[in-house]
Amino acid sequence: MDATPSAPPRAAGSRPAAPQGARDAPPSVSAPGARSLHRFANPGRFLRLTDGWMPWLWALALAATGLGAFWALLGSPADWQQGETVRIMYVHVPMAWLAMGGYTGLAVLSVMSLIWRHPLADLTARELSPVGAAATALCLVTGSLWGKPMWGTWWQWDARMTSVLVLFFLWLGHAALVRAFDDAERGARAGAILALVGFLNVPIVKFSVDWWNTLHQPASLTRLDAPGMHVDMLYPLLTCALGFTLLFALVVLARTRAAVMERRVRALETARARRLDIAQ
Amino acid sequence: MTRKKRRMWVLLLCAIGLGSATALTLTAFQDNLVFFRSPSDILAGAERPAPERAFRLGGLVEAGSVQREPPAAGERPVVYFRVTDGAHTVPVVFQGVLPDLFREGQGVVTLGRLGPDGIFRASEVLARHDETYMPPEVADALKRSGHWQPEQGAPPPAATWNTLNPARPRQEGAGS
Repeated sequence: MDATPSAPPRAAGSRPAAPQGARDAPPSVSAPGARSLHRFANPGRFLRLTDGWMPWLWALALAATGLGAFWALLGSPADWQQGETVRIMYVHVPMAWLAMGGYTGLAVLSVMSLIWRHPLADLTARELSPVGAAATALCLVTGSLWGKPMWGTWWQWDARMTSVLVLFFLWLGHAALVRAFDDAERGARAGAILALVGFLNVPIVKFSVDWWNTLHQPASLTRLDAPGMHVDMLYPLLTCALGFTLLFALVVLARTRAAVMERRVRALETARARRLDIAQ
Repeated sequence: MTRKKRRMWVLLLCAIGLGSATALTLTAFQDNLVFFRSPSDILAGAERPAPERAFRLGGLVEAGSVQREPPAAGERPVVYFRVTDGAHTVPVVFQGVLPDLFREGQGVVTLGRLGPDGIFRASEVLARHDETYMPPEVADALKRSGHWQPEQGAPPPAATWNTLNPARPRQEGAGS
């Protein structure tokens, strides 16, 4: 995943409490280690904290997604004019929510990164953007598959579709930009600035159907007390949305945990190489 | 002022600047961002589009206005209908295959040119879907009870039908 395997991992280090770290980390790296100790305190706690959650979260996410899929595909009625094609909505709408909600999360992480220089926020943002791009791509593809039989077109350049395509490119751009620097910290900062500038697009995506006339229909769920959707379709949709959201969060969480461990391994290897250098 | 506070202020000022720049740009391009124009824009608006200029006309298919001409051999079918936004109406002629959702009372977006005779010659007809999702039984119940004629346009407020269960007769007349 990392474009710069040869670069010295400045942000990485090992907590002395970690068993291997205590054994392998020589005193000679304590100068950069003092800084990384502070920087890595949070990711270490993050790993320990989330370790116990993972199986439960997986169980919950798979249960909700399974129930949602069953309810949406088999347990809910067809639409009076769309027929069975309405079932595309049970994937399309949650993916659209995740594309926008996930990007809002990316903006929050970017603010944390720029103001508080939070290393875990950098890592999470880096691991979030490919997953967000995947959700946005799924949203676009399912929308296109629905649009051909219903509207009569795969694609039109209306405000909603164009702004979601821009959102997709913003996700991809962020994923590419944070990986384009030899120095991971500079990459994270550039990515955070891009993410915050791109956040301007999120209200445009959301309100495009209200501000301008579009081919895309306005939101059905504007108020929870009067959704323009029958409850027999609304409840499976909300279940699917919960399941997909949990899966999305879990994939990002698992990727972030893997990235933390990857950095730790790389720090240990660098430390060992340096120790061998000194020994010679 | 600490460095963190300063960074926070810089970020806030950037957000205000970029946000207002975007808002101004979007307002300036308001007219170009709409996907289609309504019959009122065309007929009552200040500028009627030039006959040779293609544009998109959108609105509801007027109830009782759809006439299909039986296609000649080897030709695609021709359909006449009127697009309305309540205030104004534009007659449209289209030769080709209509999308599945096309019906009277449905929103459509047509691409074409307005002839000097006032007839809009469409080269493409797209159906719009509104934001309502309802099972067939519920739609039938609303139609039977006279609450909604789909040809006349949008369904009644969602609160009157989104928990309607036609299997249970006591709720049949909900909303009346």
